[in-house]
Amino acid sequence: MPKVSSRLPLLEKVPTGINGFDEITGGGLPAGRPTLVCGSAGCGKSLFGLEFLIRGATQYDEPGVLMTFEESADDMRKNVASLGFDIDALVARKKMAIDFVKIERGEIEEHGEYDLEGLFIRLAHTIAAVGAKRVVLDTIEALFAGLSNQAILRSELRRLFGWLKERGMTAVITGERAGDQFTRQGLEEFISDCVILLDHRVVDQISTRRIRVVKYRGSTHGTNEYPFLIDEKGISILPITSSGLEYEVSTERVSTGVSGLDGMLGGLGYYRGSTVLLSGTAGTGKTSLAAHLARSTCARGERCLFFSFEESESQILRNMRTVGIELQPFIRKDLLHIHSARPTIYGLEMHLVRTHKMISEFQPSVVIVDPVSNLRTAGTIEDTSMLFVRLVDFLRKHGILGFLVSLTGGAMAQEMTQEAISSMVDTWLLLKDVELNGERNKVLYVLKSRGMDHSNQVREFHITSKGVKLVDAYLGPSGVLTGSARLAQEALEAADVEKSKQEMERRKLALAHRRKAMEAQIEALQSALHAEEEEFRRTVSNEKMRLGRVEIDREAMARSRRVTDRSKKNNHT
Amino acid sequence: MKATVPKIDRNSAARPETLEPKEEWKLRLYVAGQTPKSLTAFANLKRICDEHLAGRYQIEVIDLMRRPELAQADQIIALPTLVRKLPEPIKRIVGDLSNSERVIVGMNLERTFSSP
Repeated sequence: MPKVSSRLPLLEKVPTGINGFDEITGGGLPAGRPTLVCGSAGCGKSLFGLEFLIRGATQYDEPGVLMTFEESADDMRKNVASLGFDIDALVARKKMAIDFVKIERGEIEEHGEYDLEGLFIRLAHTIAAVGAKRVVLDTIEALFAGLSNQAILRSELRRLFGWLKERGMTAVITGERAGDQFTRQGLEEFISDCVILLDHRVVDQISTRRIRVVKYRGSTHGTNEYPFLIDEKGISILPITSSGLEYEVSTERVSTGVSGLDGMLGGLGYYRGSTVLLSGTAGTGKTSLAAHLARSTCARGERCLFFSFEESESQILRNMRTVGIELQPFIRKDLLHIHSARPTIYGLEMHLVRTHKMISEFQPSVVIVDPVSNLRTAGTIEDTSMLFVRLVDFLRKHGILGFLVSLTGGAMAQEMTQEAISSMVDTWLLLKDVELNGERNKVLYVLKSRGMDHSNQVREFHITSKGVKLVDAYLGPSGVLTGSARLAQEALEAADVEKSKQEMERRKLALAHRRKAMEAQIEALQSALHAEEEEFRRTVSNEKMRLGRVEIDREAMARSRRVTDRSKKNNHT
Repeated sequence: MKATVPKIDRNSAARPETLEPKEEWKLRLYVAGQTPKSLTAFANLKRICDEHLAGRYQIEVIDLMRRPELAQADQIIALPTLVRKLPEPIKRIVGDLSNSERVIVGMNLERTFSSP
């Protein structure tokens, strides 16, 4: 299909300038052809036509003609003035012409044949006056209320649309929806090039505007219902479901704002542009963790948009200040914007459109939604899931890190989120209460984190006056221990260590004693040995001396004996 | 055409309007060029007026082809359109005025018609 159409001349399109509409139609309305815009009362079809003209005149240099069958000049001026359009100025500059056709039921009597040539002449005259390229007929069906000859009206309308086509007018014809028909008078049978349906639906007391391209001959177009909103800048359509899965991913990592958590995510934190889901029960510190991310984002000089559906801005600022996270300076520097709104204030679609608009305007690199689960009160479950899919798609497409906080009910399985978005997110953190020994403690773990080496550990989650701290939880033989149980266990272990340390000390001392004793013994023995050796030596020398003396004595004796013998001899002689 | 039109109940159609018999009638017929329809309408109007308002009527024919700005000013959509400017209130009739009887009722001509 695309190959063929690229060779053949494409259907020429005229941009409407209506925010988002040109995206879903691939360029706008069919050029030189009439388009039927239908919907029930108050759906915004007149505004659609009017904005088409105003944008044409101001942005595309295409003057336009409005032929209105319903409103009076004053009413219309007032209506659009509240939307910030200055029609009088455009009319004065001949960029736009307005013809108010007044038809009052019963005022006109019909006798015999007639045609609507007067309408043609009026229109031709007005078109010529401004050199119009765009025409809006709002709501031409009013003719059926004023004139009764259906056969004439129908054939004349057919002629009118043909006539507009012949003149190359890009026309918007509005029609009121009735029953299962697109328009009360079946205008769709005359206008077959492009049919757009506007809808204003109330589901569960919450109203949402939607737009759908029912038919667009010769062109591809988004077939979904797109939510749209009317605000002070006109119509904004949100073509998120058309975004698909084509987006660039980043390998850059950004800090979570908590060093312990960075550590759990491969030491580097989240991927830029990824989607993080933090789920947990009430009071587990989800907002604090979100505030950490906000602070670290702003501290890098990047912008962070914080959607709060529970607390007001000042409440968040105060509460985060008490846990040591000061956000006020970032708000002053326009790096942080906190948007607080009750979820039920608008319908879901409106929330999405607003979110979309604010993100486009603020250009943040991180978007925090706290909590997404609260939005459930603004719509049905299916709608909520759709909203998340589209929000996540939108954030990813723009490379924005989405931090979604989800409150899980106490009775529900922790690993389940009502929104069923868990499969979509890249990183899923779970904050959990562990109840043990009469106290509740918080633990955090990474349930999944795509594309990174993440910790499988459970960490104990502390909120201190200096922010969030992650503490390694005690993993012992009796399971994960937290809080005072962990402290008790730790004390117990410390005591054990102390005890064995003391024991060792004691043993060491004893050993030293024994060593000393033994050394003393050795010394004693050695000295005994010495003594004995000494004794022996002395004995030996004594003996030697004694022996020497004996010799001497013997000699002396011998000598003396000889002397005696001589004397004896001498005496006897 | 005439045969299919139901008989008009004159009593219910009569309106409590007080018209001076000699009152001047100002009529304006809007047409777009010399089309058969506009010619028929003019002929029919002329005939009716001659029959009922002889000598006290004025018909102004406005050709919107030549003066298109009047279409917007006078709130004209269908052609031909007959506008009774005087006597007041202003009345509008669209069509080629081929059903004289109904035109007479619609224009409140019948009082003048039946009084003489």
